[in-house]
Amino acid sequence: MVEENTNGSESPAEYKKRSIGELVAVIESLIFVSEEPLTIRGLCGILNEDKESVAAALEQLAGEYSEREGGLQLREIGGGWQLSTKPEFHEDIRALLKTKPSAKLSLAALETLAVIAYKQPVTVPEILEIRGVQSASSIKTLLDKRLIVSKGRKDTVGRPMQYGTSKDFMIQFGLKDLSELPNIEDFEDFVEG
Amino acid sequence: MEHEDEQLEFDFENATAKIYRESRDEIRLSIGEFAGPLDLLLFLIRREQANIFDIPVARITDEYLNYIKMMEKLDIAVAGEFLVMAAQLIEIKSRMLLPQDPKAADEEELEDPRQELVDRLLEHQKYKNAAEMLWSRATVEQAVYTRGRLDTDDNNMEVSATVFDLFEQFQKILERKKDEILMDIKREEMSLADMIRTMRERLRSHKRLNLMELFSTLETRRELVLAFVATLEIVRTSAVKLTQKSTFADIHLVIDEV
Repeated sequence: MVEENTNGSESPAEYKKRSIGELVAVIESLIFVSEEPLTIRGLCGILNEDKESVAAALEQLAGEYSEREGGLQLREIGGGWQLSTKPEFHEDIRALLKTKPSAKLSLAALETLAVIAYKQPVTVPEILEIRGVQSASSIKTLLDKRLIVSKGRKDTVGRPMQYGTSKDFMIQFGLKDLSELPNIEDFEDFVEG
Repeated sequence: MEHEDEQLEFDFENATAKIYRESRDEIRLSIGEFAGPLDLLLFLIRREQANIFDIPVARITDEYLNYIKMMEKLDIAVAGEFLVMAAQLIEIKSRMLLPQDPKAADEEELEDPRQELVDRLLEHQKYKNAAEMLWSRATVEQAVYTRGRLDTDDNNMEVSATVFDLFEQFQKILERKKDEILMDIKREEMSLADMIRTMRERLRSHKRLNLMELFSTLETRRELVLAFVATLEIVRTSAVKLTQKSTFADIHLVIDEV
């Protein structure tokens, strides 16, 4: 593997040398504080460490969390690493925070999102073809919620706008990356009611 | 144009499209779930317990048209897509009624007129299932919490304003008013009690009162001072709070909903 230097100006010789234990500890603290999932790249930049050491430390840390069987989980989501609670404790957490589950997307919006997730980049006419309906209001909802983003225009008649899913989509749907989506062909079975 | 019903919640387990016949001429239906003609067709095929690969086109078409008539009767705007599908169904139905041309049978493979529709339905069904998968993923994700946000100025929308912030805003307004030429003609004496009453009323009807706006509508120095004192009085005596979105932004009086 080619070693990628995230800082550009720094040469590998100037990498700080922490012990793996120190690295695990400092990474844990960074992930704890970060609001967004932290990428390996980002961690390398902040810590001035090479990719391999950071990846190894993350692996060890993730192992520690899963071994501990506590209330927290360390997982890869939306291309980065994030510390979160385990889903099984949601009722108690909700009681503490006094929150209700937030409003879910409508069926129409979810269907549109599914088409966009699997067919991206995809244009409005292409979505219409699959769904059989105009999806303008769903697309607006998804854009407002930042689940999808425009991916430039398609080089075809009318140059329609193309859409794709965002990083927020992966985070909200608990995906490490898009390849984690189940294969669309697996949804083929037509179950008779 | 298709009208999509933006429901906020959707329960895949219990959601079924229903047509109720309440009495002789009363029909009720719930159609929020039908995202379009393909959905309606899938529903009808399921309800008829038909095989999707061998759709009884005549029966399904009749059902479909009935449904559209019902929508029209109920004054629901029937979207163009539904009518296009109706035309396609009728076309398929008539092609199936026509006897096969025995000569053509050899040249073109005997293609089932329903094939294209079946393909579209299957494709559509795949994405419906995918939507269901997304729905359950989102449900799991909603049960997962990350650490609460840090109280930094960036993400803390409402910093409570101190009396000094309030005073500063008041100063700003006085400063602005100073430059205006005042013609003190009318002499409406307003008491502090009057001012408190007016502000309370406005707060009650609007839930939220932008002090900057309120102050700039006032004309005399006396009124401004009254409004300022009234603000302090209202905050002291009732369940309201002063909020400010960021340093130097407008201060709002908000009814404290606890």
